[in-house]
Amino acid sequence: MGLEQFKNRNVGTQNYKMLNLGQSPEKGLDKFKQVVNRTFKGELFVGLWVTMREMINALFRDNMHTVKYPFEKLPISPRYRAIHDMLRLLESGHYRCIGCGLCEKICISNCITMDTRYDENQRKEVSEYTINFGRCIFCGYCAEVCPELAIVHGPRYETASEQRASFSLFEDMLTPIDKLNLQQEYDGFGAVSPNADENIKKTPLAY
Amino acid sequence: MEIVTFTEVETFVQHIPEVTAAGVIIKAIIILAVISAIAGFGTYIERKVLAFMQRRLGPMHVGPYGLLQLVADGVKLFTKEDIVPQNANSLVFKIAPSITAATAFIALAAVPVFPDFTIPHWVPLLGGVFVPSIAADLNIGILFVLGMMAAGLYGPLLAGMAQANKWGIIGAARTAIQFLSYEVVTGLSILAPIMLVGSLSFVDFNAAQAGGISHWLIWQQPVAFVLFLIAGFAETNRTPFDLLEHEAEVVSGYATEYSGMRWGMFFIGEYANMITISIIAAVVFLGGYSEAGIGWLTIILKVGFFFFLMLWVRASWPHIRPDQLMWLCWKVLMPIAVINVVITGIVMMV
Repeated sequence: MGLEQFKNRNVGTQNYKMLNLGQSPEKGLDKFKQVVNRTFKGELFVGLWVTMREMINALFRDNMHTVKYPFEKLPISPRYRAIHDMLRLLESGHYRCIGCGLCEKICISNCITMDTRYDENQRKEVSEYTINFGRCIFCGYCAEVCPELAIVHGPRYETASEQRASFSLFEDMLTPIDKLNLQQEYDGFGAVSPNADENIKKTPLAY
Repeated sequence: MEIVTFTEVETFVQHIPEVTAAGVIIKAIIILAVISAIAGFGTYIERKVLAFMQRRLGPMHVGPYGLLQLVADGVKLFTKEDIVPQNANSLVFKIAPSITAATAFIALAAVPVFPDFTIPHWVPLLGGVFVPSIAADLNIGILFVLGMMAAGLYGPLLAGMAQANKWGIIGAARTAIQFLSYEVVTGLSILAPIMLVGSLSFVDFNAAQAGGISHWLIWQQPVAFVLFLIAGFAETNRTPFDLLEHEAEVVSGYATEYSGMRWGMFFIGEYANMITISIIAAVVFLGGYSEAGIGWLTIILKVGFFFFLMLWVRASWPHIRPDQLMWLCWKVLMPIAVINVVITGIVMMV
């Protein structure tokens, strides 16, 4: 299909469907007939029935469309990019972050600050990790670049705050240890795609 | 066609005890208190019904199911700043809301509200006082009520002209248009039932329809009933005739510059008028409270039905233009009303 039909700006020559609206009456008698027709057509009662039907549907057939927002929330897309979550390993409960610093590097608004050190087992441990949500533009690069699926975008979209720039600490975003069993694996932005196994190719050793 | 004569009516009313001044004052206080409360509650009902018809929940957060929303609104109205615009005629501006509210309640004086009762003798001071169902059983009851409701339109008219606001002026002009249009239809449509009953008192209307659904005047006067309903909707400024303060066109019409309790008085007056029209329609056409024993229940059901009908129509129908209202009232409804009166007269003579 080419673009020709969209470039045709002669409105009215396209394939429009014309409605037959008839002609408005001119003589007095025709006007009177139209009024009588419309009066006894019962359209007004159709209107009354429509609202009554909707009321019955809403009240007795569970068709109420109101979402009581602060108490109920509509589900949002898994790809929605809201306040970050820091996930834990399911087996050990240790946080997933390995302190690689990729998220800090890739952050285009420079809102991620992190500091790491070696712990007693010579493992990298995150000693300081903050995200300045006053600057974060929620681009999702940090979640996309994270090799461990440690930092992800959660569904918490109420970002209003009493302070202009509110910092979030690592512990605030980390899944609470007692709610580890409720931790949702993130299938949104930056997550492994469902057909990841098919896409993996053998790493060429010839480099 | 069955016509109740005066002797029959007198035999019906003669057992009623003597009406004293104390009883009338008590009745007036009851009417003021209860109708004000119902008018306030009506706003809650209206919001709920409109919400349900649009598949919403309506007010839900203040109290159980939003029942205390009424209290929250009252607190808000009472504590709002009382603003009088700079160029407004402040005296008329301040008087106008009281005209609407006062005439609405004065009209209720001649309307039967709740059945009559006698205060028990153990009550101190007031024991044994007979409280009538009508505060003032005038022999021109219907005329008085319709006249008072018509006088109530001075409220919007003066308010619109006094507030130095172009939307208010348009609202006032529309008030005049509406008043000139529907008032003729109201009077003529209710004239035919008055001819049948031969009295202007609501008690006589009630007595004339005693004896079951088949005695209701709606079966003898269906055309008058429809005409009166249409005119009643216009009289109470309800959709489809809410030209006076149609938000989409004239901001808020005559009430544009009003806020706080002055605006609230317009509101109370409008809802009291809705109740009055509902009571008139129920008593004149639907048998009133004439059912023996359960009259108090049936009148509440009938008035509730008419009140619901007004909300239902508001949710369903668009409103009409002022010129369409004039065309409808003068060229359609008034001739039909006159023809109805003439036919009624001919049938009564034959």
